[in-house]
Amino acid sequence: MSMSVHVAWDEGVARELIEERAGLEGAMLPILHALQKKFGYVDARAVAVIAKVLNISRAEVFGTISFYHDFKRQPPMGGTIKLCRAEACQARGAENLAEHLERVHGVKIDGGYRNGVSVETVYCLGNCALGPNALHDGEIFGRLDAQGLEDLYASVARKTGE
Amino acid sequence: MSLIKELDYGTPIRIAEKEVSLTIDGEKVSVPAGTSVMAAAMTRGVKIPKLCASDNLEPFGSCRLCLVEIEGRRGTPASCTTPAEEGMVVHTQSEKLARLRRGVIELYASDYPRDVLTSAGGAEFLDAAAEVGLREVRYGFEGANHLEDAPDLSNPYFAYDPAKCIVCSRCVRACEEVQGTFALTVEGRGFESRIRPGSTDFINSECVSCGACVQACPTGSLIEKSVVAQGMPEHSIVTTCAYCGVGCSFKAEMRGEELVRMVPYKGGQANEGHSCVKGRFAFGYATHKDRMLKPMIREKITDPWREVSWDEAIGRAASELKRLQAAYGRESIGVITSSRCTNEETFVLQKLARAAFHNNNVDTCARVCHSPTGYGLNSTLGTSAGTQDFKSVDEADVILLIGANPTDGHPVFASRMKRRLRAGARLIVADPRAIDLVRTPHVKADYHLQLKPGTNVALLNSLAHVVVTEGLVDEAYVRARCDLEQFDAWARFVASQKNSPEEMEKYTGVPARDVRAAARLYASVKNAAIYYGLGITEHSQGSTAVMALANLAMATGNIGHVGAGVNPLRGQNNVQGSCDMGSFPHEFSGYRHVARDDVRGSFEKYWGVTLDDEPGLRIPNMIDEAIEGNFKGLFVQGEDIAQSDPDTQHITAGLAAMECVIIQDLFLNETAKYAHIFLPGCSFLEKDGTFTNAERRINRVRKVMAPLCGKDEWRVGVELAQAMGYEMNYNHPSEIMDEIAALTPTFAGVSYRKLDELGSVQWPCNDQAPEGTPIMHVDRFVIGKGHFMLTEYVPTRERSGPRYPLILTTGRILSQYNVGQQTRRTDNVLWHLEDVLEIHPFDAEQRGVVDGDLVSLSSRVGDTTLRAKISERMQPGVVYTTFHFPGSGANVVTTDNSDWATNCPEYKVTAVEVRRVNALSSWQERNALEDATMRKVLEASPDAAE
Repeated sequence: MSMSVHVAWDEGVARELIEERAGLEGAMLPILHALQKKFGYVDARAVAVIAKVLNISRAEVFGTISFYHDFKRQPPMGGTIKLCRAEACQARGAENLAEHLERVHGVKIDGGYRNGVSVETVYCLGNCALGPNALHDGEIFGRLDAQGLEDLYASVARKTGE
Repeated sequence: MSLIKELDYGTPIRIAEKEVSLTIDGEKVSVPAGTSVMAAAMTRGVKIPKLCASDNLEPFGSCRLCLVEIEGRRGTPASCTTPAEEGMVVHTQSEKLARLRRGVIELYASDYPRDVLTSAGGAEFLDAAAEVGLREVRYGFEGANHLEDAPDLSNPYFAYDPAKCIVCSRCVRACEEVQGTFALTVEGRGFESRIRPGSTDFINSECVSCGACVQACPTGSLIEKSVVAQGMPEHSIVTTCAYCGVGCSFKAEMRGEELVRMVPYKGGQANEGHSCVKGRFAFGYATHKDRMLKPMIREKITDPWREVSWDEAIGRAASELKRLQAAYGRESIGVITSSRCTNEETFVLQKLARAAFHNNNVDTCARVCHSPTGYGLNSTLGTSAGTQDFKSVDEADVILLIGANPTDGHPVFASRMKRRLRAGARLIVADPRAIDLVRTPHVKADYHLQLKPGTNVALLNSLAHVVVTEGLVDEAYVRARCDLEQFDAWARFVASQKNSPEEMEKYTGVPARDVRAAARLYASVKNAAIYYGLGITEHSQGSTAVMALANLAMATGNIGHVGAGVNPLRGQNNVQGSCDMGSFPHEFSGYRHVARDDVRGSFEKYWGVTLDDEPGLRIPNMIDEAIEGNFKGLFVQGEDIAQSDPDTQHITAGLAAMECVIIQDLFLNETAKYAHIFLPGCSFLEKDGTFTNAERRINRVRKVMAPLCGKDEWRVGVELAQAMGYEMNYNHPSEIMDEIAALTPTFAGVSYRKLDELGSVQWPCNDQAPEGTPIMHVDRFVIGKGHFMLTEYVPTRERSGPRYPLILTTGRILSQYNVGQQTRRTDNVLWHLEDVLEIHPFDAEQRGVVDGDLVSLSSRVGDTTLRAKISERMQPGVVYTTFHFPGSGANVVTTDNSDWATNCPEYKVTAVEVRRVNALSSWQERNALEDATMRKVLEASPDAAE
């Protein structure tokens, strides 16, 4: 998988994405995913459009978006690394990796973008046997050690710097 | 007196044929299958501690407080989400349960403000803490918490303090399940989760301020601002709301003589514990500084008012009315009763006209709203009222909603209807505008028949055409219950080609295909219900349209059983009652013509006076006769014809031509500008009496405070009669009801004692139906056979043309009520500060009008100026406004066209033109001037003390 290329918010494009999926059963999540894929986040202006098309309230749409950390409410300012900190990865040293990243690069986990990279906590990527794991742009990086994570961090930072 | 606390079963008691028996704490309990263990326990009076459960909501299981032990089951299941089962053995208390519950509350308490002594509300939470015996919070209060979360005070009536919130979602579920607005949600997840009205604050959210969330909140996180300001009430009295025809029961919760809050009463059979923003919160008008509390008189309407004693005012009224009768004849005076007043006040007033004035010049504001309902339903079904109770809608499979906008006009019934629609009932909306119910969260009309104003009869005939020509008539029903000769004539008439949807489309503008589909849908189910409002009645063919609805329902077998029927949504709290009470000039109470010797005889005997056998004047006739110089004196109680009736300038000319106009009202209203005697009235909070709602339900109104003006409103008509020489004697309104019962067969079984026992009854209530009649015409129509009436479509004379190319239709909105005398004097103005003209983008663009522009709205009778609001709800060619503010002059523009049978004004169709202007109309300027000059009150003189 390659890094997604996002376009700037466009209500017409958004409406099209929403209307295309309106007939699906449980249409809200596919719609939110499609918007995030297209724009890199779910713009606040999408809420009213989704509500109208799906004939639900704006509050319901807002509540759903807010429930999932993965749905971003702001445009991305770089790349994202999701570091698994669930039990299995913890047992295999994930906490040390997190601490290392914070110490060496001044990264604040779940604290937003720094050097064009946001490192976020995630709980289980389903790859426990090969932990500690991280996820970037749809790709899983397993058996991470301090160097592996640092390399990953540097490559994401470089990519957004380009 | 104390605070009424209603029993809460925690979860709904289910309706099921099968009963299950179980043992709870050693006692045998039987409940309908599907009922929860929690509710089953409560039927034995065992209250299991709970926070997130309430019996008006589905079980949710979030607070984890209601844990129980069930023999043979592992763990401690939540009693709210566990259905009772045959043979179950339940223990609601044990050492383990006590420990678990205390642990749960302890965690909640560690994140709950400790200054409970100085904060308002939260009674349920504090009760629960006491119930489980919380003694300490081992975790301390220093950990992560929400105590610093900012409160949301944006709503004028209630506050939201997230610091007290335990995120039990009761408010969210109340908004969804009870109100059906879905304005609340939970933001985030886990510890971060907070209740939010979407991404904004309450006032800017989708919230409609019904108050259901505030009522649901167990922790005081959502609380009425009045409780914060005044403290918790200490006693409460059950009474009936005085706004719309739903007739909701409320507990008026008081502290001393101060009303703290109105809380919907679960035992109220019309509303079952729900409310809207008007009844729940908009009662501040009752003690507003504009209330007029002293009787006043003046010689000329240009004089300032002079305060006088009650005796002087009533004496003056009596002598003036007698003088006018002596000078101009018996017929020269009359009264107008009010649909806002009680049955008892109304009965006294019509008796005043018939027995003391010796004429039948009595009419009521129902003239201008639902008089066609009376006429139309009486001629077809034999009774002037809706056929169902509100509950009936719970079993409707298809709802045909025509000319009514319940989410604004009848919000509490709308919530009930929406609940049924979410459960799968189908919906047909016929309305010129895209009202909310056409498409609103989780509700969508299957068909929106967006007809042109004034073409109801054309549309209804074409629906009937499809029913008859496509073999959809319920022949067995018609044969058994209706007059066959009339049916045959009607069937031939509607089957004719000219009534086909394809022909009628020319008038209605509704695609024939949609009409055919809607007719098939309506006729295809067992239970199809019609609900209608003033969009049916306020037309030149209002009565015809009502008859057409009854025809359609009879032809498809939809009258006489639950889930079906023909149901007028009555506008005012007591419009049904004021009509029942004999407020029309041609009818005694119970809709019996004055020419009927037997009926008149019974009244003459009871009242000891000879009565006129000729119908008296209707309101429009009174005004016309006044302008002609024949009608000279009028007593108007609780009605503002100078604002509410059509063609304002005609009405005010009539009033100005009279020699004695007597107004009884809470406020110096528009009509009072033309009055010579002003008598202060009482708000519903100051009254004992009854209101009858749209489902014929007679509800008690109970006095919660003494009359601010010092006199019960019902006494005024009595004393005026006495001063004119006719003796009336009552000690209490219950005695007036006894007289109504004695004289009116449909009310024969009604008494205050019965109302107190049963809560309410629906008339007819007599020996045949001692507990009232929820559904009418069950086995046969009250007149025997149902009458099919021919309903030829005759277009209104009011047509758009080159000079007036648009059609104006009028209506109202949720936050304001009718002429706004009350709601304008509350914080409801926050939602609607002025009347605006809604116009379709196409019509606006053609006229160079943009949103917010001042526009002149002119018809052949008058013009006024208001602000434009561009709205996609409109269809091109149709504009819309409300009439809540006197200064906007909507009725300066409406004409005196009216229903052929009843003179109900054609408010819904006025040909108009709209153009951009930069100034108010000359009427508005004159009116503003008169507001200042004709409302002047002299400084109180020392001798005016009572």
